[in-house]
Amino acid sequence: MNAVEFVLAGMLAAATPFLLAALGELVAERAGVLNLGVEGLMAFGAVIAFIIVFHGGGHFLAFLAAGLGGALLSLVFAAVVLGFNANQVATGLAIGILGQGLSALFGKTYESLTVKALPKISIPGLSDIPVLGGLFSQDIVVWLSLLVTVAIWAMFAYGKVGLVIRAVGENPKAAHAIGYPVIAIRFAAVAVGGMMAGFAGAYAATIYTPLWADGMIAGRGWIAIALVVFGTWLTGRIFVGACLFGAVSLMGLAAQATGLDVSSQLLACLPYLVTIIVLGIISADRRLLKLNGVASLGEPFERS
Amino acid sequence: MSRPFLAALPILVRRERASLAATLLAPPIALIVTVILNLGLYVVMGRDPTAVVYAMLIEPFFSWASFSEVLLKTGPLLLIAQGLAIGFRAKVFNIGAEGQFVLGAIFASAIPIWWPDATGQWIWPAMLLFGAMGGAFWASLTAFWRVRLNANEILVSLMLSFVAVQLLNYLLLGPWKDPNGFNFPQSVMFQYDAMVPILIEGTRVNVALILAVLLSIAAWVFMQKSFIGYKLQVGGLAPRAASYAGFRESWAIWLSLLIGGAAAGLAGAAEVAGPLGQLQRSISTGYGYAAIIVAYLGGLHPIGIVISAVVMSALYIGGDNAMVSANLPVAAVRVFQGSLLLAYLVAIAFARYRLAWRPAAMRSPT
Repeated sequence: MNAVEFVLAGMLAAATPFLLAALGELVAERAGVLNLGVEGLMAFGAVIAFIIVFHGGGHFLAFLAAGLGGALLSLVFAAVVLGFNANQVATGLAIGILGQGLSALFGKTYESLTVKALPKISIPGLSDIPVLGGLFSQDIVVWLSLLVTVAIWAMFAYGKVGLVIRAVGENPKAAHAIGYPVIAIRFAAVAVGGMMAGFAGAYAATIYTPLWADGMIAGRGWIAIALVVFGTWLTGRIFVGACLFGAVSLMGLAAQATGLDVSSQLLACLPYLVTIIVLGIISADRRLLKLNGVASLGEPFERS
Repeated sequence: MSRPFLAALPILVRRERASLAATLLAPPIALIVTVILNLGLYVVMGRDPTAVVYAMLIEPFFSWASFSEVLLKTGPLLLIAQGLAIGFRAKVFNIGAEGQFVLGAIFASAIPIWWPDATGQWIWPAMLLFGAMGGAFWASLTAFWRVRLNANEILVSLMLSFVAVQLLNYLLLGPWKDPNGFNFPQSVMFQYDAMVPILIEGTRVNVALILAVLLSIAAWVFMQKSFIGYKLQVGGLAPRAASYAGFRESWAIWLSLLIGGAAAGLAGAAEVAGPLGQLQRSISTGYGYAAIIVAYLGGLHPIGIVISAVVMSALYIGGDNAMVSANLPVAAVRVFQGSLLLAYLVAIAFARYRLAWRPAAMRSPT
């Protein structure tokens, strides 16, 4: 298998944690809430899922519990920022630290243990194409994540729910004036974001690298937040960005496979360096950010 | 919508002026609530709560051996938090102090690693200076990205922290590895003159604590008494008003990040030139993140930060004690830190708001 085939085959799986977490963050940010706790929410979901799969509960139950766990922890965030109008940056960081701490606490006795991942489901015909075939042989979660991506795109492009969420994020006062329950909608959007982050963590810990280690999320939650900016709050661009990061995170393995003599630390830095560079390139175009950005992102809503 | 249910909940009504009492009471109340919540968690985990309380809350303050370690850890936390708080007040969210701390340690270590035989009383001050420059350099990358490229400083500074840790790994596994170190990822032990002087005989408390206290006084003078500090705060509170008055945002970002980076770098230098005595991987233990909590818990006020740094440091030492005596995993400290910040953010809300049991719209006009 050459490097191109290797990257193509693994890209979607590597992209899935980024994609799920970033789409969840997109929903929350579109409703005007900046949740910086994604890293901790992912770690929390990851440890829940790992423990369940390890004890034979199966992947379905594991994802269900991880999504629920992520949603519950993000509701704590929502209660503090929406209920008490606390600073969203500080609260997000607190949830991030709390989630990472809880994951390390619960995962302590599972350190370095492994579980069995899910089998790949190939699309007959397509998966036999040379070079490109690997793209069409993925586990069920990858296929479902693609469906979720399309569903979220459709929701924001055509759905009434998407329209209401955007209204709440753009101009909460106006949305309130025409009768939408701004706070309740924001609560729901944050919960969906937390659930998706929980799924993302579950995928990372039980399917992508089916092994538990403290700190295994390794900044993917933060990259997911950056992806929302890269994607200028548009679902399609977030998908493309997640695939790019999936490919970048495989680059290290591909380089080693081809016997390239690059320091492993430099390869480990690659996703972060790429994030920094792309963030600079995208953000430099202020017009682009303004065009699609969320007007009231991070601002508390006070009924007057 | 379940409106009757929502109507039964109290709502927040903004106070006409912030409550001073609530501002001062918020940190201790948050601490008490956090202790109760976490003790509950330990009971669920099957630990003896009295043993944990003793190890985490009593021993750090009532055993001199423990308390001197609390003072030792207060140094770096205080340095980093004072630097960060200046930026936070100006609404510049530097979350990458961990990376700036690591770069400070790397820059400072360059001197004893390159000149292992040098002697003289100039070495440790030069290391501290280099460390501060290293931290400021790392933070300047974030400042450049924010000012020139408009990139979010939270994400950039955090990503740079991950890069800093890889840079540390690269040095310790490659060019800076101690050839006689049995393949451990650490540098040579530094010579005597590369160590900061000990402050209290018989303990590891060193000059870094004095520096941290001096910086706290400087931060107080800077934020409360100087015109530059005033401009920074106005910029944070009312950016639009500040820009009308000619205060430049880019200038505030550069200043905030350079001060925060230099302070974190100084703390990193004092760690390698102090308790560690060499460059190790374990230099990165999350001080940079804990300092964010210290800064907020201290109300972003230089005096409050001194108190909260001691509390956070005691929590670290108490956590180490509890790990031994009550068999509590070290991750419990992170859970405590996260919940403490959450509890504080809720408690401080009552400085700006008060609870009202009926929706404002339903009250009769007065």
